[in-house]
Amino acid sequence: MDMRSPMGRVRGHGSAGEATAHFWAQRMTSLALIPLSLWFVFAAVSLVGADHATFKAFLGHHGNVLLTVLFVLVLFRHAQLGLQVVIEDYVHADGSKLASLIAVKFLAALGAASCALAAIKLAYGS
Amino acid sequence: MATQQQRPLSPHLMIYRPQMTSVLSITHRFTGVALSFGALVLTYWLTSAAYGPEAFTRAQAVLGSWFGRLVLFALTFSLFFHFCNGIRHLAWDAGWGFEMNRLRATGWLVVAASVLLTLASWLAAYAVAAGA
Repeated sequence: MDMRSPMGRVRGHGSAGEATAHFWAQRMTSLALIPLSLWFVFAAVSLVGADHATFKAFLGHHGNVLLTVLFVLVLFRHAQLGLQVVIEDYVHADGSKLASLIAVKFLAALGAASCALAAIKLAYGS
Repeated sequence: MATQQQRPLSPHLMIYRPQMTSVLSITHRFTGVALSFGALVLTYWLTSAAYGPEAFTRAQAVLGSWFGRLVLFALTFSLFFHFCNGIRHLAWDAGWGFEMNRLRATGWLVVAASVLLTLASWLAAYAVAAGA
């Protein structure tokens, strides 16, 4: 039996049934980021003051480009999930809430794709 | 009626005494938002490198300037705080650590560990810079 009022259903409020998937994705990405972010800090520190050739050589190692791509994909997914919660907590007007949720999703996809492509280009490009 | 005025109120942020648990909680959220901005800095760094040697040299100079270093230092602390407190959150998800004494102990552990890890990684970074 649906306990929601017809008005609530029409306005699209109430449970969309996706909270568990969101919760689980946030935890899985955080678990993955424990080793990945530690590796990233080590890598970033080792690349302090590096020139372009050194940076390119670093990503030329298969393990390094693999971990970089994994790191940026999981990082942007985790950021998107977190920012979604922040927006849902503080932005209450329907229009601006929806607009900012969409903007965060698109920006996260753009950032993840940009980083991954940049790393792959440096690793395998000329 | 005099005692009634002394009774605890609901958390009205302007007059509610900050507690370690609530301060760490909002810091976790704040550092998370800051790190989302940090992901954009990372995007700038990687795409500059993909663009070519001149763009990468410029990006390294921007990030290595005093302002760049200030931002990176804040991001390093944000990363380690979010990292350590995130592990604390995962322990809670597993059902461990809700007792008040454990909450306080793990809270201070998070603060100490994130400060130490931040300083250690910056000492390492300056050692690398001196060696390069």
